[in-house]
Amino acid sequence: MKPLHLVIGFIALLAAVWGYLPPFTVTLLCYIGLYSMVAVGLVMLTGVGGMTSFGQAAFVGLGAYATAWICTSPQAAELLGALPKGAYPWVGLLLGLAVTALVAWVLGAVTLRLSGHYLPLGTIAWGLSLYYVFGNLQSLGGFTGLSGIPPLELFGLSLASPRVLGVVIWALLLLAIWALHNLLDSREGRAIRALKTGRLMAESMGVDTAQQRIKLFVLAALLAAVSGWLYAHMQRFVNPTPFNLNIGIEYLFMAVVGGSGHLWGAVLGATLITLLKEQLQDWLPRLLGTTGNFEIVVFGLLMLLVLQRASTGLWPLLANATRSWLRPDAPARQPVGGAAQLDQRQLPPAGQQVLEARKVTKRFAGLVANNAVDMDVRASEVHALIGPNGAGKSTFFNMISGVDDPTEGQVRLMGQDMRGKPSRAFAALGLGRTFQHVRLLGERSVLDNVALGAHRRGHKGWVASMLRLDRGEEAAVLAEAMRQIERCGLAEVAHTPAASLPLGQQRIVEIARALAGQPAILLLDEPAAGLRHLEKQSLAALLTQLRAEGLAILVVEHDMEFVMNLADRITVLEFGTVIAHGTPAEVQADPRVIAAYLGGDML
Amino acid sequence: MDLQIALLLVQDGIVNGAIYALMALALVLVFSVTRVIFIPQGEFVAYAALAMAALQSGKPPAVLWMLLALAALTLLVEAVRQARGAEVDWKGTVVWAVLLPALAALMLLVVQPQSMLLQVLSVLLLVVPMGPLVYRLVYRPLAHATVLILLIVSVALHLVMVGLGLFFFGAEGSRTAAFSEARWDVGGMTISGQSLVILGVTALLVVAMFFFFERSIVGKALRATAINRVGARLMGIPTSLSGDLSFALAALIGAVSGLLIAPVTTIYYDTGFLIGLKGFVAAIVGGLGSYPLALAGALLVGLLESFSSFWASAFKEVIVFTLIIPVLWWRSLNTHHVEDEE
Repeated sequence: MKPLHLVIGFIALLAAVWGYLPPFTVTLLCYIGLYSMVAVGLVMLTGVGGMTSFGQAAFVGLGAYATAWICTSPQAAELLGALPKGAYPWVGLLLGLAVTALVAWVLGAVTLRLSGHYLPLGTIAWGLSLYYVFGNLQSLGGFTGLSGIPPLELFGLSLASPRVLGVVIWALLLLAIWALHNLLDSREGRAIRALKTGRLMAESMGVDTAQQRIKLFVLAALLAAVSGWLYAHMQRFVNPTPFNLNIGIEYLFMAVVGGSGHLWGAVLGATLITLLKEQLQDWLPRLLGTTGNFEIVVFGLLMLLVLQRASTGLWPLLANATRSWLRPDAPARQPVGGAAQLDQRQLPPAGQQVLEARKVTKRFAGLVANNAVDMDVRASEVHALIGPNGAGKSTFFNMISGVDDPTEGQVRLMGQDMRGKPSRAFAALGLGRTFQHVRLLGERSVLDNVALGAHRRGHKGWVASMLRLDRGEEAAVLAEAMRQIERCGLAEVAHTPAASLPLGQQRIVEIARALAGQPAILLLDEPAAGLRHLEKQSLAALLTQLRAEGLAILVVEHDMEFVMNLADRITVLEFGTVIAHGTPAEVQADPRVIAAYLGGDML
Repeated sequence: MDLQIALLLVQDGIVNGAIYALMALALVLVFSVTRVIFIPQGEFVAYAALAMAALQSGKPPAVLWMLLALAALTLLVEAVRQARGAEVDWKGTVVWAVLLPALAALMLLVVQPQSMLLQVLSVLLLVVPMGPLVYRLVYRPLAHATVLILLIVSVALHLVMVGLGLFFFGAEGSRTAAFSEARWDVGGMTISGQSLVILGVTALLVVAMFFFFERSIVGKALRATAINRVGARLMGIPTSLSGDLSFALAALIGAVSGLLIAPVTTIYYDTGFLIGLKGFVAAIVGGLGSYPLALAGALLVGLLESFSSFWASAFKEVIVFTLIIPVLWWRSLNTHHVEDEE
């Protein structure tokens, strides 16, 4: 049995009994559907994207109030005079989505370029503020709210009864889950999954992570707004209470308790929290002998317990328990070359200067890490950067790959001044790199990791991915990734999680990932570290072949034998300054280099 | 608006700003040392204020039972850890989970002090140990979690503490007796003794904290931890010590703020949250890292609040919280490189 069968069975069961369920259960299921829609957005945001929001209830409120205002206010009726009454809720939906997208975009644009905790803090402020705005605007009915919202109508069919509206709610929810599932299984999905732990890496692969984060936040907000729109037409009445900060926190609880890394965890969490709240509001006042909002204590404790004991939520526990009879999805498809073509890059002619550093200086307060370093890397050449520990190699590497800016001096890539440019701009010009401390998405397969390297070479966006219009391009991306994996000798492990490989092989995966981007210049940070002798030989053979194909290669490496046999030219750094430069033979004979490596007074 | 009203609003803004400054200091302290964004900071304010009010009305504050429960639970957890072979700091445990709670119980149940000074002392004994106890029970098991997870934990803890606040103190608000009833008339403006007490104590605390961090060895250890957690641990500064201390300081600052503000504003069980959040707005002005900028931010928040309560009182919270948007926008203009989250 496969998960898809279970989902179909679940839907079929729901459909079969839907007509016979008691009204109370139907209403409850409607609420669970509405809450799940919000929670599933939070799963994308929190579990997948590594961000979070406490203000989703306020977005639900925007969706609800937008349609409530359109449907009840005389001003709106004046504006929309020509339209039939039945169209008003649809105008309300559009207005709600537009306002929500705008607010979420502004909030995201302001906070998401900064470190991760500013967005949640911003959403707390936003969630609180909107409650006061709703409550104090007389045109929105103040704290008493707006009533008399008409039910939805679809092709002349009234959706007034929860039994009918519930079908729409659950259909929309399942549609949303399907679209999000598709999105995660795509080129854009790989970029989204990198947001949580690998932003620096993803930027180097050409992903605009801030933009992806903003889009993800807007998406989650839009899902909340749709939920609010349905809510308003189900309740036929809105007031500010269900949209305050506490409810926003409850939505997050649903996502986290259910399992914030899994789309279905949202449905599980929404179900559990809704049923629990129902029971607690019944029991707690009797138990404590006084009324009050005491269920928050239980929710809070439950949340603490889940985060301390099962931080991935309950869905993975459930998945574990059912493992014996529920097979996960079939192993990843063997990619076949599709009809779609990926972008191809014209490599510069051999000997042309590709990367150029002029008098690059970096100071950290008083410490000079790099002092007027000059270097150039040419096409069809392996250039090695060596130096003792603490010589400033990593600092220099960061500046020529766009991770950091030089204090003084200039870095030029393909003839362009790169001052102040982010590392994705370096990727766009054809710079591929690996990291000294391996940065792979450990739980994803080697294939997935390498395919992220080809991100820039595809163009299908979010909507195309959600609607499965990206399959041709996706096949081409995976085929390209597979080609690079085979070339690097990793074909046997292509479908294993990256974290399960030994460190040496993980470094090779990083090289394959860089190659998937079809770079003109390859920056390798200690690629031979952790490799066995034979593996080093095959790495050297690979780099020699790449050089013959016209790539410019810069290697930072400690293994002298590896460097001396491979490099065409070598630059030696010590205490941030270039002390020697030339062919391996010249460098090996340089007295200052010998002094730097073996100690002793020079000259 | 005439000058008189303007001066009144300025005075109001400065007094409130002083409280927000204390909040902001505690938040920056806890965040830089432990990476915890301590949303429940405001709850200490409400607990202290309401406990003081209960004492002054002759009832021992019921929240004492919460402290005793936290202490018992901590002892249990430490015993289990000891049994499992973990190294337990029993000296600290005895201070936070036995000595101080016992003193608090003694003061509140047996002595039931009448003098204001002893009442203040009792409330501090009640609230301060809650900081390290909460740290040990809630945050320490998650010491390696991401800032994001710690933030979600903080929000969960905030809900628990607000709910318990409602349970122990009820839904009614309270005010306490002023520390000073004095009033002066300066150029047509009335200055109350209480507002001078607030400013004086705030200044005193800020200066004391400055000396603590600049001069004392423990303060320097905390600063070292804030700059480099791993490095500090390698130098023999235990992570749990810095956690205990920073949360104790946060609770102390929260309790003092609560005692200061309770005579001027009616405090409800959930008032602390808003006060704490305004401290956050101030701290964010300083990027959650700079004490002087956070102080300046607090003053800004206080003034903005008092002037907006004059012009658009229904929207004053909205205006104060919206302040973070331009502040964050300005900060985001200066970042174009991406760093991975810790």
